[in-house]
Amino acid sequence: MIALIDYGAGNLTSVKKALAAVGAEVFVPVRPEELTAARGIIVPGVGHFGATRALGDAWVGAIRTRVDEGCPLLGICLGMQWLYESSDEAPELKGLGVLLGRVVRLKPAAPYENSGTVVGSGSSRTSADQEGASGSSRTSADQEGASGFSRTSTIKIPHVGWNSLAIVRDDAVIAGVASGAQVYYTHSYVAPITSDTAATTEHGEPFAAIVQRGHVAGVQFHPEKSGDVGLQVLRNFLLLTSNV
Amino acid sequence: MLSKRIIACLDVRNGQVVKGINFEGLRSAGDPAELARRYNVEGIDELVILDITATIEARRALADTIRAVARELFIPLAVGGGIRTEADAAAAVEAGADKVSLNTAALADPSLITTLAGRYGSQAVLVAIDAKRDHDRFAVYARSGQAPTSRDAVEWAREAESRGAGEILLTSIDRDGTKAGFDCPLTAAVSAAVSIPVIASGGAGTLDHFVEVFTAGRADAALAASIFHFAETSVAALKQHLRNNNVPVRL
Repeated sequence: MIALIDYGAGNLTSVKKALAAVGAEVFVPVRPEELTAARGIIVPGVGHFGATRALGDAWVGAIRTRVDEGCPLLGICLGMQWLYESSDEAPELKGLGVLLGRVVRLKPAAPYENSGTVVGSGSSRTSADQEGASGSSRTSADQEGASGFSRTSTIKIPHVGWNSLAIVRDDAVIAGVASGAQVYYTHSYVAPITSDTAATTEHGEPFAAIVQRGHVAGVQFHPEKSGDVGLQVLRNFLLLTSNV
Repeated sequence: MLSKRIIACLDVRNGQVVKGINFEGLRSAGDPAELARRYNVEGIDELVILDITATIEARRALADTIRAVARELFIPLAVGGGIRTEADAAAAVEAGADKVSLNTAALADPSLITTLAGRYGSQAVLVAIDAKRDHDRFAVYARSGQAPTSRDAVEWAREAESRGAGEILLTSIDRDGTKAGFDCPLTAAVSAAVSIPVIASGGAGTLDHFVEVFTAGRADAALAASIFHFAETSVAALKQHLRNNNVPVRL
């Protein structure tokens, strides 16, 4: 059974429907203690980081205990951002902190002038991360050169729509997903590119699209709204839970 | 790079798609769920269900339609037409809509935008603007283009954004149904004035019209109904044409 966490900021119906489509059995726990029955935990979410306030100490404790016991955890969009230490969207709140880094706002900017410098500016990012990031931006800059399209277009925030994945690492959660596959986003804040990043997406600057650290995973896009690619990611997470 | 979105609009009345549909081989042409499935297979990026009835019975039928369309569809679904109150929006969301589209109700009470954005997030609130050229400005019309207002489309779009709208669905009344092409100057003016995405609507007749609205019109997405219903054009053919013209799309 997969526990789907309801903290009032989710499109729970959509996520449930998508999980049912890939054969998952899902329950929505009413009390934190019910998480002991979960083989996997999903924290969905859309909207403001402030909504995670509803995940009080009892939930944080119960989720952390299960994760420490090896229970796979998947965060979706806002749910993924909550896995980090904090977010600039609500600096007074703490995230779960199972992934290191701070969530920051995307910058509305001209597409390629800043991408190299912006990436390294976060305090939690290492120089190795910058290399990975600038590598992926070079790739799309090349594609860009061929079309010349985005030089005339501006970067709008929020980032809404279908954008492509650049796969950095072959993690379990992205098995069967091709580099360049497109997924549906709607968000303004992003997690930094770190050693946990499995795939990046670029919107003015590259950001963490898919992350995995052991049995903890996160996706910035909405797998429940990303067609077959999204369902594949959910299937991959289910496989993680069946290996526990 | 962010793809330009192609959105199909289903005008629904009592559970049936009512704009004439002429697809060969589509058995139950008036069934929104079947049409939605077909568009999904062809690669549509998003769907809008527009309820063009307003009775209580129809509202219940709409919820059933949303449920039927959303059941096997894993792409974003917006619902508009007749959403007047928070309760209307809640019914649409509970039935499976990811976004609700406000038009006349937002003009009458702009605070509804903020209320719904607060409850569901801005990404769930589309503000639909029906605009008509009036000398050197674009006048906003309410009630499906029937009632002129004193508002200017560019200013109203800005206000909608500041009140919490996540996207603007901009329809040119002058072009709607004409197949003469989107109103690119209107779309570009609104797109430049806001930082949220702008969906262009009204006037799609040829594949090149879409290229124009994504370049000269600076649209983030384009919505059409009858070009997919009537024309021999499939969503896939349209997207291939856009890609051939260097417009980034999901194929």
